[in-house]
Amino acid sequence: MSMLHWSILLPFIAAICIPFTGKITRKIHTGWFVLAVPIAIFLYLCTLLPKIKEHTTIMESVSWIPSLDISFDAYVDGLGLLFAMLITGIGALVTLYSIFYMNKEKENLVNFYVFLLLFMGAMLGVVLSDNLIVLYTFWEFTSLSSFLLIGYWNDRKASRYGAQKSLLITFLGGLSMLGGFIALYVMGDTFSIRELISMAPELIQHPLFYFSMVLVLLGAFTKSAQFPFHIWLPDAMEAPTPVSAYLHSATMVKAGIYLVARLSPIFALSAEWVWIVGLVGIITLFWGSFNAIRQHDLKGILAFSTISQLGMIMSMLGMGAAALHYTGNDSGIYMAATAAAIFHLINHATFKGSLFMVVGIIDHETGTRDIRKLGGLMTFMPITFTIAAIGSFSMAGLPPFNGFLSKEMFFKSTLTMANADFLSLETWGILFPVIAWIASVFTFVYCMILFFKTFTGKAKLDQLPKKPHEAPIGMLISPIILVSLVIIWGLFPNMLAETIIEPAVAAIQPVLYAADPYHVHISMWHGLQPELWMTIGVVALGFILYKTYPSWTGIYKWLPKRFTLNNAYNKGLSWMDIGSNRLTRGYMNGNIHDYLVYIFGFTFIILLYMMWRVDAFTINTTSVTPIGIYEVILAVILVTASIMILFAKSRLTSIILLGTVGYTVSLLFVLFRAPDLALTQFVIETVSTSLFLLCFYHLPKYKPKEKRVRFKVTNLIIALGVGVTMTLLALSSHSTKLFDSISEYYKQVTYKEAGGENMVNVILVDFRGLDTMFEITVLAIAAIGIYTMIKLRLERKGGAE
Amino acid sequence: MEILMSVVIGILFTIATYLVLSKSLLRIIVGTGLLSHAAHLLILTMGGLKQGAVPILSENANSYVDPLPQALILTAIVISFGVTSFFLVLAYRSYQELGTDNMDELRGNKSYE
Repeated sequence: MSMLHWSILLPFIAAICIPFTGKITRKIHTGWFVLAVPIAIFLYLCTLLPKIKEHTTIMESVSWIPSLDISFDAYVDGLGLLFAMLITGIGALVTLYSIFYMNKEKENLVNFYVFLLLFMGAMLGVVLSDNLIVLYTFWEFTSLSSFLLIGYWNDRKASRYGAQKSLLITFLGGLSMLGGFIALYVMGDTFSIRELISMAPELIQHPLFYFSMVLVLLGAFTKSAQFPFHIWLPDAMEAPTPVSAYLHSATMVKAGIYLVARLSPIFALSAEWVWIVGLVGIITLFWGSFNAIRQHDLKGILAFSTISQLGMIMSMLGMGAAALHYTGNDSGIYMAATAAAIFHLINHATFKGSLFMVVGIIDHETGTRDIRKLGGLMTFMPITFTIAAIGSFSMAGLPPFNGFLSKEMFFKSTLTMANADFLSLETWGILFPVIAWIASVFTFVYCMILFFKTFTGKAKLDQLPKKPHEAPIGMLISPIILVSLVIIWGLFPNMLAETIIEPAVAAIQPVLYAADPYHVHISMWHGLQPELWMTIGVVALGFILYKTYPSWTGIYKWLPKRFTLNNAYNKGLSWMDIGSNRLTRGYMNGNIHDYLVYIFGFTFIILLYMMWRVDAFTINTTSVTPIGIYEVILAVILVTASIMILFAKSRLTSIILLGTVGYTVSLLFVLFRAPDLALTQFVIETVSTSLFLLCFYHLPKYKPKEKRVRFKVTNLIIALGVGVTMTLLALSSHSTKLFDSISEYYKQVTYKEAGGENMVNVILVDFRGLDTMFEITVLAIAAIGIYTMIKLRLERKGGAE
Repeated sequence: MEILMSVVIGILFTIATYLVLSKSLLRIIVGTGLLSHAAHLLILTMGGLKQGAVPILSENANSYVDPLPQALILTAIVISFGVTSFFLVLAYRSYQELGTDNMDELRGNKSYE
């Protein structure tokens, strides 16, 4: 175990210890103990930065399940380190924020922080694992902890609904992703991502390649809330705001992006990858920003905004993958998209994190998040106002904030795609800049709504549950740190360029990077380029749309509610519920007759099928023994008596006939050289016939015969099937002797080893003593059962036995 | 002999299955009794019939019949007796408590429908 492994496991260990801190002291908020964990890991990761900057990678291995080729390989490169630092950095800020957000007296803090720590550890595991199965395990763990955190206020219906929705959708994706990983294993015979990457050119030839690609993408798209799986994210906003800021905007939802980036070197060799990732991303970008405008809940706006921004990062990864298909000598212009994706990923974490915290403050201090009730908060909370201004202007893509820079880089990449002449981009590539531009206009509009509707205008104090005031300083520290980063990275973006963006790009596109090291240089001003005109257009049109905003909201009513994805999800869920219920009720109808029909039916069908498969229908007449006259007589009696049972009109007749059958069988035993059996059968038959006679008096008379023809025919078919199968089985087992019977052994050793002369007795008592013991146990259980049933009868005395 | 017994066993199984599938509890119990007889004969027939003396060493015969099926059947006879008697008392008690022996009426979880 290396330091790296311990830093992944530290949150889990802390999660185990946290419940006990309450026992030690109740005065200190649990969050302070938790805060130490992400800070410690973050500081440790900082020490790795210089190595990563030099493009060296770190690999530590611990054997876990060697027989299944699964080892806990921790691997750090630029991409993994970036994510790990995001997870712990934002994690520390969110924990600090939550100390003031979560009330010590009212909330169950232990649960909250245990779930949060579980998530932190799992997420670190996802981004630092090189083994696909380990990655998958941690991946599902993040879904699970997200489920627990969304349902944290489990007394609320909406929380439970949101938690279930996110669990179903992300687990669906997780499961298909596992399928994709297994397909990768089949192709490459290893679970190691790096080894798979090294054999990428051969993998694309494999027939399972596209199968595995689609399955892995399903996992990534569900996790990263890409269209059409985005519907779980708005409902996940039921979680406490620190959780939304952490899991559902900065880290967990980026796991899908991480996966796409991580596996790009394998899958990006196919043109389909570029198109699927690029288009799904850009559609999500549009759909999220379009829908954000009609939300009234501040967190609703942020949720759709997150969906939209995730789509943007996803599409940039898709565009970046185009670099692998470019045959010219300046692939850098395509790799720029990948760099932009990484840069925007960092930026998004800063501005969206701060905005979520602002919304949490507003919720905390005014008691509502409904934008229709809010307004004019600027004078009440000036610091929050400033933070929100920086965050939302950065999100809108305005200078001098970091959002502007990555938005420009994004526009530039879309234009590059439109100008490309490979992968049939010359015809369809124009889609990228057009959709991106429209989506950016909507992004601008919802940023303005989010900011101005909340902080400017007339204050509606009478509609607010609480009198608004500025938040305590503790709640403000984290968002202030984040928005300072927004400004610093806006003004000095190249701080990040060499330290983390370049190593991350190198991790996503190792082959290209090795051939042609791409240097990221981000600048605020690069002349009147087309992308600047696009931004100016976005601001101009966005401003007009914002001003005229109530007059065009009618377009949201065009899509009837029936056709929404949410409706499809809800309906699908209830149909599945009803459908499976009906299906189960259809055959599990509580009628024992039907169950017996299934059992008998399956028995004879499977037996017949198996006999046919192994070609066992044989009759060997050479070894048969001659038929004696007595046996014939007894067989005739046996068959006649049993047929008569079928037609017996009264209970007494059928009992006597059953007795006849029993005695005949015991006579047959005599003829078949089985004296012990005959004796036992005789005694047992006598006892059970008398038992029948005792009981039958209390049992109802035979009802008139069954009239339903179909019922009788079914029974007859099943009965004949069983009978014929048994005859065939008896014949076949008599005729085929595949190996010598073990009986010879008993015949030889009976006297030698057990000193008995009656072989049957010796087998029962000496060789198969346990059988006999269990047989006695069965009898004892039956006796206890009978005794209990008779004692249960309260009014009458006497037993049947 | 084995072929004849195989046919007899088939007939016994058919009748027993038919009885077990009927609606009346008593017929079902009779059916299970018949079913166990059929199964015992099946085991015995599978091992081969009458190919030697009674499996007692003091007979001093050259060959004995297979003792193993007999041991198995002996266990089975006793167990089937236990099951049949349990079944009988169960039928008798459930008829007393529920007032019917019709399997159509003796079915659970109707409340779900």
